[in-house]
Amino acid sequence: MAHNHGHSADDPAIRTRALEDLLVEKGLVSTDALDAVVQAYEQDIGPMNGARVVARAWTDPAYRQRLLSDGTAAVAEMGYSGAQGAEIVVLENTPQVHNIVVCTLCSCYPWPVLGLPPAWYKSYAYRARVVREPRAVLAEFGLELPAAVEVKVWDSTSDIRYMVLPLRPPHTKGLDAEALATLVTRDSMIGVGLAGGPPATAA
Amino acid sequence: MDGIHDMGGMHGFGPIEREEEEPIFHAEWEGRLFALAVSTPVHVPGGFRPLIESLPPQRYLESTYYEKWLHARIEGLIAVGALDRAEVEARIADYTADPDARPPRRDDPACTARTLERLRTHRSPLRPAPTEPAFAVGDTVCVKVMHPTGHTRLPRYVRGKRGAIERFYGFQALQDADAGPDEPPQAVYAVRFAATQLWGADAEENGSLCIDMWESYLSPSEETPIQATPRKE
Repeated sequence: MAHNHGHSADDPAIRTRALEDLLVEKGLVSTDALDAVVQAYEQDIGPMNGARVVARAWTDPAYRQRLLSDGTAAVAEMGYSGAQGAEIVVLENTPQVHNIVVCTLCSCYPWPVLGLPPAWYKSYAYRARVVREPRAVLAEFGLELPAAVEVKVWDSTSDIRYMVLPLRPPHTKGLDAEALATLVTRDSMIGVGLAGGPPATAA
Repeated sequence: MDGIHDMGGMHGFGPIEREEEEPIFHAEWEGRLFALAVSTPVHVPGGFRPLIESLPPQRYLESTYYEKWLHARIEGLIAVGALDRAEVEARIADYTADPDARPPRRDDPACTARTLERLRTHRSPLRPAPTEPAFAVGDTVCVKVMHPTGHTRLPRYVRGKRGAIERFYGFQALQDADAGPDEPPQAVYAVRFAATQLWGADAEENGSLCIDMWESYLSPSEETPIQATPRKE
């Protein structure tokens, strides 16, 4: 941040430094712990985790069954577990039902499989509009669904964390799980897109 | 509380703005603040959401996401006595006077290992069931008309509406502010509403809304079960 922007006690960067200084000084956290957490959520924990879960569900019917009946355990099989994922419920998209996830009250999101939510998911516009006009929201994301498909919005108000299991794109029969995972976008696991969507919606 | 944060269904917010190639954190301080928030092992009774929700509406709307977190963490830690307001203000004054200064390093590999392990650990919110759930999947229910002044996880847009039990999730501790410390866990359900039930005749076609509800948010409904969209397997 350039000096000529000015710094004041209201500057969140200033306040955060003060907070870190105090908490580290009191031995409540260590500097390297903070570094490690930032790195974990910037690099290691993200939608590529969920993409592997989805790809496995597409290629392994028994795993798909486990994923739908106990999302937390099935996701933990792949090594993903922890904060904001203590109770994961996976919502299956079908040709008849398209699921979308939101948290109208705050920003609840399944971190272990999707990482931290994008700013738009936490935005007032998404929180306010998707429960009321999901088709209009999907259209903004470039997706129009036929009227025959039920659009089902899930508002995460408890400690359940939802992830959408998107439909497997057509013409993917020959692909293995690793290749399929590259087709699973973050947006398709929130429900604002389909898997196999254009690269612009990939995480 | 019927606060500004309870936004489901509100008009006026415009298009959903999206950023191409969005970074996880938009500034270094956001990452540090996030790490502090999830790593500091200090329990704040009631959690941090009530502190965010009780921001005056204008301040809530104008604060960024992590600015809200920053406010809640500072206030919450002061409220439980982990920090003292005078020392917080003094330290902020120090960093304001010297904007190039950074917090001194204090590394502790054991703390790092513990922190990462805690973040990876599955701690289920589900509790042993003290009673039988009152409702079964398929039951028609009515959401109570209730307007608690404290924290609740029941948004305004579903209150008084009629829905059907979609799923039963087991028992979770009630997070509402008026839950006492010995409050028993309650059955939590996903309750499904037809879009027309929530938004009237102008609702989008063939839409439904499912939302997690604690049992105390619900009353039985004697009315004819809603002819919801048939569930497909």
